[in-house]
Amino acid sequence: MAQTFEFTVNGAPRQVKAKADLPLIYVLRNELGLIGTRYGCGQEQCGSCMVLIDGEPSYACARAVDSVAGRTVQTIEDLGTVADPHPLQQAFLDEQAGQCGYCLSGILISAKALLDRNSNPSRADIVAALEGHLCRCGAHSRIIRAVDRAAVLLRGEGGA
Amino acid sequence: MSAEKSNLPLSLTVNPRLEQWLKFEADETVRVATGKVEIGQGVVTALSQIAAEELDLPLDQIVMLSGDSDEGPDERYTSSSLSIMVSGASIRLICAEARALLLARAALRLNCSAGQLSVEDGRILVDGAASEISYWSVAPEVDWSQAATGEVAPKAPAEYRIVGQSIPRQDLLAKLVGGAYIHDRIPEDVVHARMLRQPGRDAVLRTLDEAAVRHAAGGEIEIFKQADFVAFLGADEAVVEAAAAAAAEHAQWDKAPNIEPIQQEAAWLRGQPSDDRQYGAEEDLEAPGEIVEATFSRPYIAHASLAPSCALAQFTDGRLTLWSHGQGMHPLRRNIAEVLQLPIEAISAKHLNGPGCYGHNGADDVTLDAAIIAMNRPGRCIRLQWRREEEFAFEPFGPAMLVDLKVRIDDAGRPADWTTEVWSPTHVQRPGTGSGFLLAAAALPNPPPAPVPQDPLEEAGGGGTRNATPYYDIPKTRILHHLVTAPPVRTSALRTLGALPNVFALEAMIDDLAIRAGEDPLDYRLSMLSDPRARAVLETATKRANWSQRGTGGEGEGLGLAFARYKNTAAYAAVAVALHVDEQVHLDHIWVVADAGLVINPDGVRNQLEGGAVQGASWTLKEQVTMLGQGVTSLNWDSYPILRFSEIPGIEAEVLDQLEQPSLGVGECSVSPTAAAIGNAVAHALGHRIHDMPLSRERIIAALLN
Repeated sequence: MAQTFEFTVNGAPRQVKAKADLPLIYVLRNELGLIGTRYGCGQEQCGSCMVLIDGEPSYACARAVDSVAGRTVQTIEDLGTVADPHPLQQAFLDEQAGQCGYCLSGILISAKALLDRNSNPSRADIVAALEGHLCRCGAHSRIIRAVDRAAVLLRGEGGA
Repeated sequence: MSAEKSNLPLSLTVNPRLEQWLKFEADETVRVATGKVEIGQGVVTALSQIAAEELDLPLDQIVMLSGDSDEGPDERYTSSSLSIMVSGASIRLICAEARALLLARAALRLNCSAGQLSVEDGRILVDGAASEISYWSVAPEVDWSQAATGEVAPKAPAEYRIVGQSIPRQDLLAKLVGGAYIHDRIPEDVVHARMLRQPGRDAVLRTLDEAAVRHAAGGEIEIFKQADFVAFLGADEAVVEAAAAAAAEHAQWDKAPNIEPIQQEAAWLRGQPSDDRQYGAEEDLEAPGEIVEATFSRPYIAHASLAPSCALAQFTDGRLTLWSHGQGMHPLRRNIAEVLQLPIEAISAKHLNGPGCYGHNGADDVTLDAAIIAMNRPGRCIRLQWRREEEFAFEPFGPAMLVDLKVRIDDAGRPADWTTEVWSPTHVQRPGTGSGFLLAAAALPNPPPAPVPQDPLEEAGGGGTRNATPYYDIPKTRILHHLVTAPPVRTSALRTLGALPNVFALEAMIDDLAIRAGEDPLDYRLSMLSDPRARAVLETATKRANWSQRGTGGEGEGLGLAFARYKNTAAYAAVAVALHVDEQVHLDHIWVVADAGLVINPDGVRNQLEGGAVQGASWTLKEQVTMLGQGVTSLNWDSYPILRFSEIPGIEAEVLDQLEQPSLGVGECSVSPTAAAIGNAVAHALGHRIHDMPLSRERIIAALLN
């Protein structure tokens, strides 16, 4: 039975009608058109669908929509755009951190959560933050470097 | 003339007309078409660099069209590390010729000699001074339907400004801001679809409890059935997903496969029915010298793309349009035309980005699935996505392989005679090649007969025999190839084909022979390696890895080395791996050094070398497809683990500069030497050789107990 749920998505209040147990990923992609949240496995194993719920990285593939009622959801679309990329996205570009790129939406989300709470993470901190993510192309080293570079950018270091 | 023609790259022979490659657009850009597609390897960016270089245009005036069966050239599949060697060589010749034709027209207009002309941003300069004309003002005067001659000399590498630069990938930004994939094409009134897969090509659907499936779906679905092809359609993706997730347990099949436990292991292959071939000289059984033998194996492995395959199809006014993330749009169109009995011209196949595939994954099959439904629902756009479990169960796997080596040693402890005997299912069943087929064809009424397996011949780079011949100076070598014809699962192209197990075996044997001869593995290799480019990558990699300080081993710390030239004709790569072993293998550092001839985009090449090393490491340490009964049982990332962030070592990739040498395919060259270097480093660490992949915790513990 469809019910109405209200929550905040990328800063805007949204209202959706859905079954209570509908995974959030379908709401985001198919109802709200936020296609940057990616379906990978549907089992909380690959991290492709990671979003922030009240600032915490969460798997959108397994999270029922009723559990986000009244909360704030942040997706990759809230980071930056082609014209105005977020420092994290810029750092990934600078490091050319990615190949097929399918994993990157989720990884950027977890990286953002990390940098929001730790402006100067160690390599071990970065690895721990990304441990729930899979990358099949083997871009891991570049991704780790890119998160480190983003931290530098966000701290306002590293020159102009 | 015909002799010269045969020297043209294959793509130019098949697609000779200039207009199949180039189009000068009204907005003062040039559309450059390629049949090769972006799979995350950066090839479209690299090809645009080649075009911009030869046309003397900035990159922003080049617009690439990739993977379009209507308007782009047929370059078959994006595979085998051939894109730069074949498509790149074609685009270079085409653009050089186009520039010459345009300047010839400009010279007529400007009443000067072509030699006085140069080009800046597409504007024509006369003796360095601006003229009123550009490429685009003379382009209409050129007959673009003429065939390329390939006779206009491209630029000398010393003049390159764009080729050889690490230009950022064109596709990456869109992927970083949440767009760009085929999965994201969700038209307004799309029909979502999911499959119930026939468990094997002979399986016949006995019953499907449709009421139970509808109940599980929890919303409105349509059940589409044609013989043993069953799909669930609806407006709500979550509902059709739920239907498909439940369907397998409500379906009963006759003549489903029944896989025995032993069949998932490479060891099962020995003695199975096979199509046998021999390459190389007969062995002289009377020859002197001691014989050293060993057997190595690799199990079935998966592409394990990060996303399940997806396709869209729409049949409108007699035309079928397909959107696919397959690696070849022209072959896809031909193969689907054949199954659906449509004229080829009635089908358009267009490439969109997908998850990295590294070979033949489910992308082609899912496109036929969508097409079958689209043909029966004219006007509707069908979006069919495989389920995660479906991708793991039904992708064509990288074949298990068993590699027997038999080496006759001379008085100096070096191989005098070398036999590599390979047992393997086929490595190529891409639709339209050899024994290839599209999965759903077997589920339709009047299915085609089962194909007779074929494998690429050694002359064509080989499948199971790829890199089975050592690159070292060995007087006599041969390959005995057993193409196993009835494996328990479908197999096809996966990055490096048979090269990984072969190089793993060959380079292990070389290390063991060095130890036997009491020599350092590097010195031993160099003593029988006359190709200076091969020596250079080995010498550089070992210098980076501080090889001269390598310990005696046996105490848990290992440093291993391996070398291969991919296909024995493409890029050279040497890899050194430092690791330590407790109950399992921990990678500490990987050094990759490659020689790929002329490099178009150095950072792009390093990215490929790094990614190849990680994928090779993951296969070597962790991966095995498991199967039992009706099919595959490794259906998720828990049962099919791959290397994770915490397991990634430091990686340094270096490309040796070879400006004056032809480009050599580089996308796969680091994979197999990494696998072999890990094998050798583990042997160094343990003082004991493990012959079977993966070098898992279980195998390490077993080795320690020995």
